[in-house]
Amino acid sequence: MRGLKLLKALAAGGALLASVGAAMSEPYDDGQSKTYYESMKGKKVAFVPLSMGFDLTEGWNAGLQNQAKALGYTVDVRDPNWNVEAGVQAANGFIADEPDVLILHPLDQQAYNRIVPKAMSAGINVIQVNLKSVTNGDAYVGADWYDLGLKQAEAIVKACGEGSGKNGKIAIVTGQAATPTIVIGNQAFEDVFAEHPEIQVVARQSADFDPAKAQAITSTVLKQNPDLCGILGVWDGQDTGTAAAIREANMQDQIYFVSSGGGSKSAACDNIENGSFDAYVSYDVPGQARDLNAAVKILLQTAPEPGSAPFALYTPLKILTKDNLTPSSCWTLEDMKAFGG
Amino acid sequence: MAILMGISQERIVVAIAAGLFVLFSIVLPGFLDAGNLLSLIQNVSILGILGVGMAIAIIGRGIDLSILSTMPVSVAWLLNLVNGGFPIWLAFLCALAFVVAVGIVNGVLIAYVEIPAIFATLAMGIVVYGFGKSLLVPIEAVYVTGGESWFYSIGSGRVLGVPTPVIVFALVAAAAWLFLRYLKPGRFIYGMGDNPAAARITGLPVRPMIVLQYVLTSIIALVAGIVMATALAGINTRLALSTMVYDVILVVVLGGIGLSGGKGGIRNVVVGTILIGILLNGMTIMNLTYTIQSILKSVILLLAIVVDTLLNPRDEQTAQHGDI
Repeated sequence: MRGLKLLKALAAGGALLASVGAAMSEPYDDGQSKTYYESMKGKKVAFVPLSMGFDLTEGWNAGLQNQAKALGYTVDVRDPNWNVEAGVQAANGFIADEPDVLILHPLDQQAYNRIVPKAMSAGINVIQVNLKSVTNGDAYVGADWYDLGLKQAEAIVKACGEGSGKNGKIAIVTGQAATPTIVIGNQAFEDVFAEHPEIQVVARQSADFDPAKAQAITSTVLKQNPDLCGILGVWDGQDTGTAAAIREANMQDQIYFVSSGGGSKSAACDNIENGSFDAYVSYDVPGQARDLNAAVKILLQTAPEPGSAPFALYTPLKILTKDNLTPSSCWTLEDMKAFGG
Repeated sequence: MAILMGISQERIVVAIAAGLFVLFSIVLPGFLDAGNLLSLIQNVSILGILGVGMAIAIIGRGIDLSILSTMPVSVAWLLNLVNGGFPIWLAFLCALAFVVAVGIVNGVLIAYVEIPAIFATLAMGIVVYGFGKSLLVPIEAVYVTGGESWFYSIGSGRVLGVPTPVIVFALVAAAAWLFLRYLKPGRFIYGMGDNPAAARITGLPVRPMIVLQYVLTSIIALVAGIVMATALAGINTRLALSTMVYDVILVVVLGGIGLSGGKGGIRNVVVGTILIGILLNGMTIMNLTYTIQSILKSVILLLAIVVDTLLNPRDEQTAQHGDI
């Protein structure tokens, strides 16, 4: 009997210790943190970029993977490689897998107009990043292209317009004419120039987002207009071609060249430093990755009825020039992979 | 027909080019400026270099659709290696080995497996792009960071006022012309392009020659890529998805190199390239939109192919296997 009592006492003591131990291994809860972590664990996020392999999508993905790993959810990527049909297929495949959140990076305004409502009616929350379908999802994360156009146009007005002592002659070298970036951006250019009649657009050409075409076009435009004051570009990848033509014509001191892009070091800061770009409107990919993660985490925690509480996180734009450049103005993919967004 | 047979396509193109040249000189202010004329040729010199490579393939009764993948992928890899600390000569040897390998695979598929050139190189272009994107060049836009200045000046320098891309175009064209005209393998390419069966019967090593032909085309693509990358301070592997390969075919066919093989020479490529240069330059000065420029270019390509078909009609002898 005594032995049995002792055994019981030991068992009770053991149980007490075990429960204390269990209590000790419970994570600290400040009242929200426990549900925060629980709401993420095991969730599925799907991402259909425009294409992997370029600075924007690689940067966002690095940021997404970093948070997913830390918080125990997954982000799966299917790469349509610049192809609308492959993108629709990838998105449909994901919808069948029923992820909790679907992130779409549309190729143009029409590409995913049917996919967005289809995913939402299947109970999936949809985020669109940097480009928007006409149909809204639960969240938009990305640049306000109109605002970006305004900032670019204002930069060139400041350099070539009234009060600058320059002749106001500028050229615009845009990308593929039908993309929202260009359509909306051009609208902004027009609105700014309407208020500045001294600005005279002497050439407006599309280089199809191809730096070689941009170079060819620009070199011809420069020969035709040796007194040109400034050029508006639309995307750093293409604009390196425009910059090459300006450099080659030995007109770097004369031409004020405004570009824009995601702000990666090799595309943006290096080119600002070496004088290829005079002003650069950056939509700052690490910032966008952080916003993207924020949108994912908000949706995973609140799990709203798709479409019931849409919101937008427009990217704060940074205007970079040689004068305000700091070591942290741009980013590298290695840093993004190591530290996330 | 008889009248058509009397005129060569090259002469027609020269006449059109001359006509446009005179017209633009009168109508467009600044066109006749020496600077503009140099930049006119410079703007199409990469196209011209690629055209020389394509011409060699087409004269040998083939075609190489993979050069627009080989060019950006090999050069992007080269730049990646240099940016990663490789000495430039070693990176260049790696890229050279890569393009030679692509040429050999193309050639073997066409010569020994007997896949029609158009399909073999189309598929190979996709393989090269996919292979490059997944294994060699993770980021599609690769920039020239720093780099030695002599390397940089391949595409962006000037010698006696002439832009270096124009000089490289001239050198590549001259080398290809000498090869095709005076070297035995060059004459063989004409022979087998004209009539592969007859070439084989007379003892030409047709299959190894086809492999050589695609290796040459690949190497020329590498040269074009280096000029492009050093001119633009970077290269984008997405070029593989662009329609530039049609522009290359355009300058070759337009100049008068028949798609049925064995005809034409490097002079035709130069003539075709200059016409396209005049056209693009004039259209840019006139501020025509990109879409209109594309339509005009495509219509001209169609017309060139029609003229080619009229001047080089298919018959039982030429319309054999391998004819595209």
